[in-house]
Amino acid sequence: MAEDVKPRVRVPKTAAAGETIVIKTLINHVMESGQRKDSSGNPIPRQIINRFTCEFNGQMVLDVTLEPAISTNPYFEFEAVVPESGEFKFTWYDDDGSVYETTEAITVG
Amino acid sequence: MTTKTLKGGMASAALALALCGGASAEPVDDTLILNGEIEMITRAPAPEHLEGRLGPDVISGWLYREDETRDVQRDDFENPASLMLEAAAVAWDTVEGSEGKACASCHESVDSMAGVRPAMPKINATTGELWSMEQYINDCRVNRMGAEAWEWDKDPMKNMTALISSVSRGMPVNVQIDGPAAPYWEQGKEIYYTRYGQLELSCANCHEDNNGNHIRADHLSQGQTNGFPVYRFNTSGLVSIHNRFRGCIRDTRAEPFAVGSPEATALELYVASRGMGLSVESPSVRQ
Amino acid sequence: MNLTRRGTFALGAGFAALTLLPATGARAAVEDSIAAFTGGAEVADGAGITLTTPEIAENGNTVPVSVAAPGAVSIMILATGNPNPDVGIFTFGPLAASQAASTRIRLAGTQDVVAIAKMADGSFVRAVNTVKVTIGGCGG
Repeated sequence: MAEDVKPRVRVPKTAAAGETIVIKTLINHVMESGQRKDSSGNPIPRQIINRFTCEFNGQMVLDVTLEPAISTNPYFEFEAVVPESGEFKFTWYDDDGSVYETTEAITVG
Repeated sequence: MTTKTLKGGMASAALALALCGGASAEPVDDTLILNGEIEMITRAPAPEHLEGRLGPDVISGWLYREDETRDVQRDDFENPASLMLEAAAVAWDTVEGSEGKACASCHESVDSMAGVRPAMPKINATTGELWSMEQYINDCRVNRMGAEAWEWDKDPMKNMTALISSVSRGMPVNVQIDGPAAPYWEQGKEIYYTRYGQLELSCANCHEDNNGNHIRADHLSQGQTNGFPVYRFNTSGLVSIHNRFRGCIRDTRAEPFAVGSPEATALELYVASRGMGLSVESPSVRQ
Repeated sequence: MNLTRRGTFALGAGFAALTLLPATGARAAVEDSIAAFTGGAEVADGAGITLTTPEIAENGNTVPVSVAAPGAVSIMILATGNPNPDVGIFTFGPLAASQAASTRIRLAGTQDVVAIAKMADGSFVRAVNTVKVTIGGCGG
């Protein structure tokens, strides 16, 4: 499912040094659990995003292992500390080997 | 809301079996302010043509949902349908068809579509027929872009109706029901009150007589369409109005109207008119 | 879902707090997941972890949940009534402001959702919530 997968993230543009910010992420992905069957009764193979990471200037904020019980269009909300200006990097890893990534800059000052 | 009495013999039995004994819950009292900016009208004085049958107010389906479901609709970022809006925004700018045009070539920004959704479905000036938004879109695609028509319930069409509807959010539903629209409205009204299927249920049996009650675990709303196409948790995707009509009628064990059929479009007009005054919420979030 | 017994039941470290017990096969899967996460260590019910779930989930496809455990290294969520109980593991890095996260999960039916936090000192704390999952009437 490498086509048409678009991540969206919400990160404030600015923050004070050391401030806590809320980050929200959403990505469109069916998260095919492997439990469903098609109209002929054949199981539809599992294909999910199995990992999500958020890093800031190379340091880890959050690392999530996703299982098929995470809903379609995986959504995450969490908090990060912003020590300095820099860039958040968000990465989603698909079962099929695809990697989806987006970055957001934030300015401290 | 006063207790509603069930009407009709076999339908009563069917409905009585389906409804939880005595389980009733009023719609909640809550305010929907979209993205902290647009105040949505989720309760409005009932239009006159209803003659009081829905009580004093028409109420958005949003108010019948659980707290967590309502929360997802408050912010476009939280609303999974925003992913579909983005996909449609790309399609809006994409050139397609023999004429080398995109929607944007003629319509420029999708914001120019503000005011379109509240009036749908409406009489097409050229043909005199009642058309849903999907038919207007395909008319443009086939006749002006030289592109292929989109299937009613596939993603490209659903995404685009969501996008075009979304720019009217906050605006009150305001469909024309008189003049050339009158015969379609009358047809739709008749369909609304006709019992269909093995279960002999009409739209009114649930949505007029029993809104606020539960049918098994579903909290019945007034069956308004101001939020369509709707992002349903049930299917984790968008659902069109005609598709929902098919679902409801199929559940009465009747043969549903085809999407895009004259019956479905007439019914769409009548149902839209029952919600006049409610804000367009599309794409709304429901269970 | 094959309910065997209700009420607290000491089946193993992971189960003491469950009120809705999953069927035998699922029980083993839940125990395995817990053991893999804890390495067999004791899991205590504690105030150190908060699991927020709706009382009634209007649709099992999309159920919002939040977990928070100040000072935790990671938090695991299990849906004990799902065919596969694993939901996810949240590991917090040095720049996580709070050891908390929200997401949306799938629940196959009414069941207990379990969250277990691994704390910085190597201890484990658990929270359990029962979530009622409604399967619609006509809206299906």
